Amino acid sequence: MSIELLGVSKAFGEKQVLQNVSHLFPEGKLTCVMGPSGCGKTTLLSLLLGLVQPDAGEIRGMEGRRLSAIFQEDRLCENAGAVSNIRLVNPRLSKGEAEEMLREVGLGDSLGQPVRTLSGGMKRRVAILRALGAPYDTLLCDEPFKGLDEATKEQVIAYFQEKTRGKTVILVTHEKSEAQALGGELLLL
Amino acid sequence: MGSTTLAKGEKEKKHRGVRLWAVAVWLLVWQLGAMALGQEILLVSPVSVMLCLGELVPHWDFWSAILFSFWRITLGFLLACLVGTVLAVLSSRFGPVRDLAAPLMRVIQSIPVASFIILVLIWVPSRNLSVVISFLMVTPIVCQNVLGGISSMDQKLTEMADVFQVPFPRRLRYLYLPQVAPFFRSACAVGLGLCWKAGVAAEVIGLPDGSIGERLYEAKVYLNTPDLFAWTVVIVLVSLVFEKLFLFLLDRLVARLEQN
Repeated sequence: MSIELLGVSKAFGEKQVLQNVSHLFPEGKLTCVMGPSGCGKTTLLSLLLGLVQPDAGEIRGMEGRRLSAIFQEDRLCENAGAVSNIRLVNPRLSKGEAEEMLREVGLGDSLGQPVRTLSGGMKRRVAILRALGAPYDTLLCDEPFKGLDEATKEQVIAYFQEKTRGKTVILVTHEKSEAQALGGELLLL
Repeated sequence: MGSTTLAKGEKEKKHRGVRLWAVAVWLLVWQLGAMALGQEILLVSPVSVMLCLGELVPHWDFWSAILFSFWRITLGFLLACLVGTVLAVLSSRFGPVRDLAAPLMRVIQSIPVASFIILVLIWVPSRNLSVVISFLMVTPIVCQNVLGGISSMDQKLTEMADVFQVPFPRRLRYLYLPQVAPFFRSACAVGLGLCWKAGVAAEVIGLPDGSIGERLYEAKVYLNTPDLFAWTVVIVLVSLVFEKLFLFLLDRLVARLEQN
């Protein structure tokens, strides 16, 4: 069953962020959400994650879904290591599997370090791996590749595409090139 | 840049510690002061205190008094850590518990220790007085600090845990524990010093047989100033060693839980 927005509106105080938005997110595919700053992209993800409720309209098809997310901020446990952060959301993932994931995105040298000692780009990769390592049907991402240099971004996008193939992914981005590289549907807000 | 900041931080951290030369200077000042005064009954010299300590150490009475007080004060402290933490967790979850606990903690903190000691002495045998007093002194500190830690929990992290449906034991270990640990640690650091001061004061008033407090009282009654100072040094040393050991083990435990 696809995820469907039906006339969804959301305001924060006086500011109307989303106004009567309707859209069908196809099942098992990636949709890139684009639009200018403040147009409600992050709010849309918060609505889909159930963190905020719409003022009007309806969101269908979210019942019983296992969700995973890459938030706008990393939201990592800073004192824990990268492996612990990944396994936090999926204890079934073995330590070895988590370490292998880290190696695949170039974090093989930082396995034992607490996350607080990692650079911004390294933390971002850990946040991405945490989301990809979780058991999920639907992945919601808010500017997931922000803060990565071009070479790393290319490597991580390829890894991301491989891991999310056949899954429902809704991804917010500012960058046209990123949306083009990822392919998939496009929703302009 | 990062390593420079880290090195500077380490240097500052080291600098905050007690320097041996500073201790030596103060000991020298004490020795000179005692020599200038020339009356051991008013101000005993550090050398006399060490000699007195040397006489005390070989006797079993000395160690049994330390064990007697150490066991009871530590028991009171550990019970306070447990009860204070449970009360803080309950206060953070249930508004009425928080409302009920807040004035109680405030009252316990405001009442002078001496009043508490005399009051508790009516209810509890003097042998166990130091358990109750150290418990009462430390509980509000632990409760308020832990509650502060829970209240300052990063909502974005709990939101993340909600999205990923992280079960409570894992949240406790990776989210709540690292958040609350520094608050709990600071409560323990303050509480450990306080429980020894209050616990020994309780023993001096309650005079339980075979306690450090009783030995201090006897030293005062017989105007045995070297004994008084020697026992004071013992109290400082025991409380300091226990504080360092406890905090070290606490840090290791938290680090281990976070890293595994």
